[in-house]
Amino acid sequence: MRALAGVSLEIPQGEFFGLLGPNGAGKTTLINVVAGLARADAGSVSVMGADTSTEYRRARRMLGVVPQELVFDPFFSVRETLRLQSGYFGMRANDAWIDEVMAHLDLTEKADTNMRALSGGMKRRVLIAQALVHKPPVIILDEPTAGVDVELRQDLWQFVRRLNADGHTIVLTTHYLEEAELHCSRIAMLKAGRVVALDSTRNLLARFAGSRTSARVVARDGRQIVLKLNNYGELERELARLRESGVEIADLELDRPDLEQVFLRLTS
Amino acid sequence: MGFTTLFRKELLRFLKVSVQTVAAPVLTSALYLVIFGQVLEGRLQVFEGVRYASFLVPGLVMMSVLQNAFANSSSSLIQSKITGNIVFVLLAPISYLEFFWAYVAASVARGLAVGACVLAVTAWFVELRLEAPLWTAAFALLGAALAGALGLLAGIVSEKIDQLAAFQNFVILPLTMLSGVFYSIHSLPPFWRELSHANPFFYMIDGFRYGFFGAADIAPGVSLALVGGAFLAVAATCLLLLKSGYKLRT
Repeated sequence: MRALAGVSLEIPQGEFFGLLGPNGAGKTTLINVVAGLARADAGSVSVMGADTSTEYRRARRMLGVVPQELVFDPFFSVRETLRLQSGYFGMRANDAWIDEVMAHLDLTEKADTNMRALSGGMKRRVLIAQALVHKPPVIILDEPTAGVDVELRQDLWQFVRRLNADGHTIVLTTHYLEEAELHCSRIAMLKAGRVVALDSTRNLLARFAGSRTSARVVARDGRQIVLKLNNYGELERELARLRESGVEIADLELDRPDLEQVFLRLTS
Repeated sequence: MGFTTLFRKELLRFLKVSVQTVAAPVLTSALYLVIFGQVLEGRLQVFEGVRYASFLVPGLVMMSVLQNAFANSSSSLIQSKITGNIVFVLLAPISYLEFFWAYVAASVARGLAVGACVLAVTAWFVELRLEAPLWTAAFALLGAALAGALGLLAGIVSEKIDQLAAFQNFVILPLTMLSGVFYSIHSLPPFWRELSHANPFFYMIDGFRYGFFGAADIAPGVSLALVGGAFLAVAATCLLLLKSGYKLRT
């Protein structure tokens, strides 16, 4: 079975990039190829100019990957886990940065707690901290908020946005399309291993979602009328028709185009 | 640096559960000595001038070294694969050579640590001399490295605990128990004696024992060369598999 076919992407440094697609579209496979966890039959991947096959050491130093699954080593505490991860990347005496990362992710109090004793949300924070201990310029987040409570989700996005503002490139896959819409400046949509759309979030919304929309009109007598529109230009004509038929408009609510519509149109 | 950290992590892993990984095998070996030493003393012919219990101790020490070196790399790798935390090592800029040596070196460390503890405990009960300590050290080191590499190979190939347990129970355990730990192969019928020559663990036990008594069933140089050859073969297989990412990277 071919998981990816002809995928060609370039993500500029400092971008907040979204990788979307239905289950089985090839998002995680693509991430695994970039991270060196899977090998591609053909083609090449480079991270900040380092080929992931021939210069894998340099490429991996550039990358911090937050895996989708809540994986951990039950033998170690949070601090030990982060020290070991730091050592794998050749960073000695990294405690100051480890402390800083733990503080940002609200892990300081849990520093000496064994990984087994942490809640799912805390384990997710440690996974993020592990991806950051070697200060990678590129961070890949594979479904980082899956199964995460609202509070952590807010903290996490705040932290990730700050990393992005500091110049880190962020690559995100998520099933929560509103998160991608909110944070990603550019999005690629994958379907059956192929890129079916690649554009800025704004353009995708304008091109695909904006072409068909709706408006909900509330009349003074309490009736609710839904207007199906091919574009916003049709709104005035439809409202005029309603007025002519004696409807007094009390309220009007426009259906805002969102990424979900784009996603459904492109992937269904 | 990647090697050092991975090696350190593997050391910490077994030291954190040292009751299970060090104390338990020491107790098992002490029980073997008490039972077999008492029951078989004077019934089995071993080297001239050597009491059976004294003959038994180096065998038990080396058996502990081999079994624990194998257990360390195999159990660590299979657990990491099953729980998924192997991903942290695979994402790091660690070469397949560093990966191999870190696992093997930690296995050697555990094997030697358990072996030293078994020796320290059992040596109280028997009269033991050390005729050629360099041979003893060489066989302990190379034997542990071979068992560690075998454990790594089993960990790479296995996908489930059951598969690893089968390898341990049906390959490693019979090879160690039938390697001359409890007897000299000269006391065996000719067929079984010849068959013992096909068991690589026999050469490790026999060579290790030579260091204590200055006597062996096979010349120690020959045994060391065979053990070294076996290590190179297993190491080469491991390195090929690790380089290709077999059952580690998809």
